[in-house]
Amino acid sequence: MYDQTKLQEIKQRASDWQEKSVAKLLAKFPESRPVFQTPSGIEVKRLYTPADIDDVDYLETLGFPGEFPFTRGVQPTMYRGRPWTMRQYAGFASAEESNMRFRYLLEQGQTGLSVAFDLPTQIGYDSDHPLAAGEVGKVGVAIDSLKDMEILFNSIPLDKVSTSMTINAPAAVLLAMYIAVAQKQGVAVEKISGTIQNDILKEYVARGTYIFPPKPSMRLITDIFAYCSQNLPEWNTISISGYHIREAGANAVQEVAFTLADGIAYVQAAINAGLNVDSFAPRLSFFFNAHTDFFEEVAKFRAARYLWSKIMRERFGATNPKSWMLRFHTQTAGSTLTAQQPENNVVRVALQALSAVLGGTQSLHTNSRDEALALPTEDSVRIALRTQQIIAFESGVTNTVDPLAGSYYIESLTKEIADRAEEYIRKIDEMGGAPGAIEKGYIQQEIQDSAYRYQKDVEANERIVVGVNRFQIEEAPPSGLMRVDPAVAEAQHQRLAALRAERDGNKVAQCLEALRRAAAGTDNLMPVILDAVHAYATLGEICGVLRDVFGEYRAPDIL
Amino acid sequence: MDTIRVLIAKPGLDGHDRGAKVIARALRDAGMEVIYTGLRQTPEQIVDAALQEDVDALGLSCLSGAHNHLFPRVVELLREKGADDILVFGGGVIPHEDIPGLKAAGVVEVFTPGTSTMDVVEFLKKHVNK
Repeated sequence: MYDQTKLQEIKQRASDWQEKSVAKLLAKFPESRPVFQTPSGIEVKRLYTPADIDDVDYLETLGFPGEFPFTRGVQPTMYRGRPWTMRQYAGFASAEESNMRFRYLLEQGQTGLSVAFDLPTQIGYDSDHPLAAGEVGKVGVAIDSLKDMEILFNSIPLDKVSTSMTINAPAAVLLAMYIAVAQKQGVAVEKISGTIQNDILKEYVARGTYIFPPKPSMRLITDIFAYCSQNLPEWNTISISGYHIREAGANAVQEVAFTLADGIAYVQAAINAGLNVDSFAPRLSFFFNAHTDFFEEVAKFRAARYLWSKIMRERFGATNPKSWMLRFHTQTAGSTLTAQQPENNVVRVALQALSAVLGGTQSLHTNSRDEALALPTEDSVRIALRTQQIIAFESGVTNTVDPLAGSYYIESLTKEIADRAEEYIRKIDEMGGAPGAIEKGYIQQEIQDSAYRYQKDVEANERIVVGVNRFQIEEAPPSGLMRVDPAVAEAQHQRLAALRAERDGNKVAQCLEALRRAAAGTDNLMPVILDAVHAYATLGEICGVLRDVFGEYRAPDIL
Repeated sequence: MDTIRVLIAKPGLDGHDRGAKVIARALRDAGMEVIYTGLRQTPEQIVDAALQEDVDALGLSCLSGAHNHLFPRVVELLREKGADDILVFGGGVIPHEDIPGLKAAGVVEVFTPGTSTMDVVEFLKKHVNK
């Protein structure tokens, strides 16, 4: 990158500086630790100079935003055109209550919806299933049928708002419900815009809301890719996720590596299913974590874009530039929130959100201050949204694209993270890709080991958590936390009973039979699922058929 | 001193197992014998495992808000089977105001966010009579 004579002079002067100024000071004031590292173990030098990035070829490695390899961003003007989508994950209790929260958030200026479903819904059980006891409406909204979905989007025009749904194993069913709601609203289906998370591989290793074994799960996913490429041009068919892998304990390098390895597996599965890569790749999207080490996170996002563009172009031979683009949503790291002195979480989230913005995210969720202990109150989530708005409209960081580019530290870190992630991906390839590595327990073990090391570092005070292992205070337990009324379970039971009474039971039975036949065959499942959803078959009934045909995943014991 | 045997369990649908696994490993490092049930265990399955493995203590982890239903149910089943000498403790995302109710139902201690693994080790060493 630099004139070599000048560079030699810089290196020489840097060496002099270390030997004289630095050594002199260290003799009097040692540094606070012998070695500084990022949380993923990359050594952090005292100072970075041009010498550290001399081997970075600007045009090859950085280039321009909106052009391969997209290191500097997926779009030429980024936030100068418009800010990232402010998309707060929300949902709890009944569809009515969640609808009110959605409308509140839209009124307060968020620009996209993000739906949190309860665990029974995420795992394909109706609210009256025995395993749903105690869980209904607790971590998200309970959706048992299209009827609940219609209530959820009451007064929300689906041609005006994009919606992300955090749903994985039963993603096809919830997508079908969303389509059905749009149809009932009179919205042209090809106009609807949004995302389904639909990323089963990370469920097996980090999140746990799987239903079916890997093969039929991948079939469902590739069916969705194919269906959407024909019918929903504005829909992101998957949100290949690193967020949860990070939350489970992975470090930044692992987050990139395991997420992109999962992405490679999905692309390969779709190609194996007969899809042309450019027909579905433009609508793949990603989901990353915004964690605590500020500069490592910024570098991480840039490294991820760089790596994915090369994977898509060189490994998979995609020719549409949109296929090379890693577009992503970010959430600030839930696992870094503390129950102690919860107001401090506002500060943590602000810094984490800033790192995502400087990393070029397309969409962002900021956690609320009370979320170490509960779902957010209205006041808390409003502060979280304001955090994004202050960054977007007051801080000025949006005025230029990729402002930290060229920083000797940031470019050095970006390259290091990319190199290390690539090494992991190579290793995973040798195990048969992500599916093989998961079967061997490799990814799970790596995550667990990182999680354990992290905890030990905290307990040894190697890693400081303000308010927890340093700067603690005596404090009363918090009050005014959100609680989900347990009456919602009973209300859902009654709603289900009424639904079963008033719908056309024969039609439902026919649809479920058609689904069973299709599931046992090779037809695309989306049309039959859509029919069943329109007939008001419940989520539990539809997933029950699929459970019968596909079986259930049995997790291997790994500790 | 006999080795303390502990079952770490994930009742209900909650898939967050980072804490449960970290605790399990820390207890192992402290010399205890630990069995981890994995996810999606019913109270019945957990109690069966606890009896089969003849454990001294049973740790329940729940971050989904279903603890008020699941934890007391586990204690109830242990009592029905005459196994109320098994020490039951819990952890996860549990509001402070729910802890008295859980204790009254027989959960001896509840470890909330910010807990050190050493707290759990000390607790078990202190309360398990071996």
